[in-house]
Amino acid sequence: MVVTESGVVRAESVVPPVPPGPTRRRRSWRHQRSEALWAYLLIAPTGLGLAVFYLWPVLQTAYFSFSEWGPFGGHEWIGLDNYRTLVGDAEALRALGNTTLYTVLGLAGIPVAIVFAALLNRRQLRAVSVYRMLFFLPMVTMPVAVAMVWRWLYNGEYGLINHVLSRVGIDGPHWIADPATALYALAAVGIWTTLGYNLVIFLAGMQAIPRELYEAASIDGAGPLVQFRRITLPLLSPSIFFVSVLSVIGSLQLFDLVYVIGGSGQSARNNPAYPRIQTVVALFYEKAFSSNDRGYAAAIVMALLLLIVALTAVQFRLQRRWVHYG
Amino acid sequence: MLRPLRLGLAAMLAAALTFSAAACGSDEHPADGPVTLSYMVWDTNQVPVMKELAAAFTKEHPTVTVDVQMTPWTDYWTKLRAAVSGGAAPDVFWMNGPNIQLYADNKVIVPLSDRISDAGIDLGVYPKALVDLYTFEGKVYGLPKDFDTVGVWYNKELFDAAKVAYPTDGWTWADFKAAAAKLTNPAKGVYAIGASVSSGQEYFYNTIYQAGGQVISADGKTSGYDQPATIEGLRFWTDLIKAGQSPDLKTMTDTQPLQLFESGKLAMYWGGSWNVSEFSKNEYTRTRVDVGPLPTGVRKATIIHGVANVVSSKTSHPEQAWEFVRFLGSRPAAEILGRSGPIPAYTGTQTGWASANARFKVQYFLDAVTYAVPYPVSRNTAAWNEAEAKHLSRAYSGEVDVETAATALAKDMNALLAKE
Repeated sequence: MVVTESGVVRAESVVPPVPPGPTRRRRSWRHQRSEALWAYLLIAPTGLGLAVFYLWPVLQTAYFSFSEWGPFGGHEWIGLDNYRTLVGDAEALRALGNTTLYTVLGLAGIPVAIVFAALLNRRQLRAVSVYRMLFFLPMVTMPVAVAMVWRWLYNGEYGLINHVLSRVGIDGPHWIADPATALYALAAVGIWTTLGYNLVIFLAGMQAIPRELYEAASIDGAGPLVQFRRITLPLLSPSIFFVSVLSVIGSLQLFDLVYVIGGSGQSARNNPAYPRIQTVVALFYEKAFSSNDRGYAAAIVMALLLLIVALTAVQFRLQRRWVHYG
Repeated sequence: MLRPLRLGLAAMLAAALTFSAAACGSDEHPADGPVTLSYMVWDTNQVPVMKELAAAFTKEHPTVTVDVQMTPWTDYWTKLRAAVSGGAAPDVFWMNGPNIQLYADNKVIVPLSDRISDAGIDLGVYPKALVDLYTFEGKVYGLPKDFDTVGVWYNKELFDAAKVAYPTDGWTWADFKAAAAKLTNPAKGVYAIGASVSSGQEYFYNTIYQAGGQVISADGKTSGYDQPATIEGLRFWTDLIKAGQSPDLKTMTDTQPLQLFESGKLAMYWGGSWNVSEFSKNEYTRTRVDVGPLPTGVRKATIIHGVANVVSSKTSHPEQAWEFVRFLGSRPAAEILGRSGPIPAYTGTQTGWASANARFKVQYFLDAVTYAVPYPVSRNTAAWNEAEAKHLSRAYSGEVDVETAATALAKDMNALLAKE
């Protein structure tokens, strides 16, 4: 609701006007100022943290993207040269292509999470919290530990996956060294780690949907599938929107899995599938820290930043068409 | 996919820890007060002997303690460069051939020539190839610590089972190929060797010089990869993969050749004298493997390389850092190193190393010095090392033939050398 200075609630407010009472005393200007001061004081640590650890590096990176670096620091201004190189860099374009595919695959993980959430949301299901915890577990595990375990699972000769496949007569590939499978193998791990997080959000979204709607629908003769399509999905759309925005941003920033599973430095160069799994951030890491080409690396992440901003803006535009707030 | 926030927090935490650790190392102390030097190394196997050396140094210099910091090889140069750029470089650290000129040229490390002559140290006690390797524009930047040559580690059990004679002095490429064919046993998942593209020092550099080719011209200005002999040296490896006598790159990506050798899946492993400590500790290899010389091609050759200790130009304790490096280059230090580490560079202390590792025929590594070729380097070696890996892996995986890859590599490498 909107409160004017005089303390009178404006008529256009959605909330019905509250009659003036003893609790609605007019507050002094001095009081208001000290209240604001306290508010700023309390958010200052967070604000400071954001400024120091997020805003400043972003500005610095933007500046560095116009410079060329020596092997041990020290830089000179070279204008738009890094961006010119970037546009013609086949490796960067390939990395962007891989990243796009990861992002699409990451979005494909959302329906999976919705299905699991719907299954967990059934009333008769016992011990929902146990399942919720099991699904959420990969999310709280260290990404590097997760990647190490998957690296082992994916091993072409001794991996558990191929061992199981061999039992049913299938000769499994070298999942992370075969250009045909590597990207999908990595995306599968990505979907698996985020499944629990997305699922918890969807589950919460589903539990917030009033039961009466379903009761009314079943009286009208709607089956579970129709109810899911006509009630659950539309009312869940804000959650779906939220998850898809996060998923796109997260996928575009994929790095840890590529670095640990796919290999880094020289060992990455040995992996014949590496050109198929290298992401934009992995390329950034190589340029910034392995070849020490920091100016160019900065240009790469600035381009990525612009891409993320653009895609997120598009998503926010499109949400008007399909997201129901309700 | 991904938790940028968590990664960011981890990075911040790591940075904070690094800075606080670095801060401890470089605290200003009064001239005579206690000093802690940070000393960065990359070989886990050598951490115990490095700590032993640090303790021996502290015994002589009670006010100076040395903090041995271990960074795995895969991250060593990345971390070191970041530390140098951020002003948190260790006081003393290990240096190798491919990086020395870059570090010296950028004044990250200090020249030691004046101190060496002031202290009356005779550089003749170290192999000349190593002193030359660490000399840049007429000044010595590092005191050699150890040296290494390459040999053929072999699995005696697998050789016996295939009725193949062990590698001995004077065996040839033809002998090697005949042995490789016999040792390969697809039914048991046993390969003759892992033709890895990851390390020139252990693999293709050796065969390139054995074939009479070269990686880089003597003046360090042109690539040797377009020479027919060099290409023959590379074909040595691609042929092994083609014949199925080596696992393909996919298999070696999943499981490193070293792991395959240590689990009895490879009959041979081209490795260095530095593998001695690993193989004598490993339960499987300590009794089953031994070492022989590399086979002879058109000529005999093995790559020689060695690690040197260098002093950071940013150290706040230049005197103590130099004292420590000087100690590490001394005969007593070399004797400690030889007992449980790599081959000490100090001439006359190598016999101690050989008798400490009598489990294997390590004398071959010492004999190899007579025909060894210095590790090929230039001012920005890392740049063309990356080009090597990129082009050669395409040839090894069979994507392009070896001539095409080598010619393209020569072109890229020449362009990089021209920029130096």
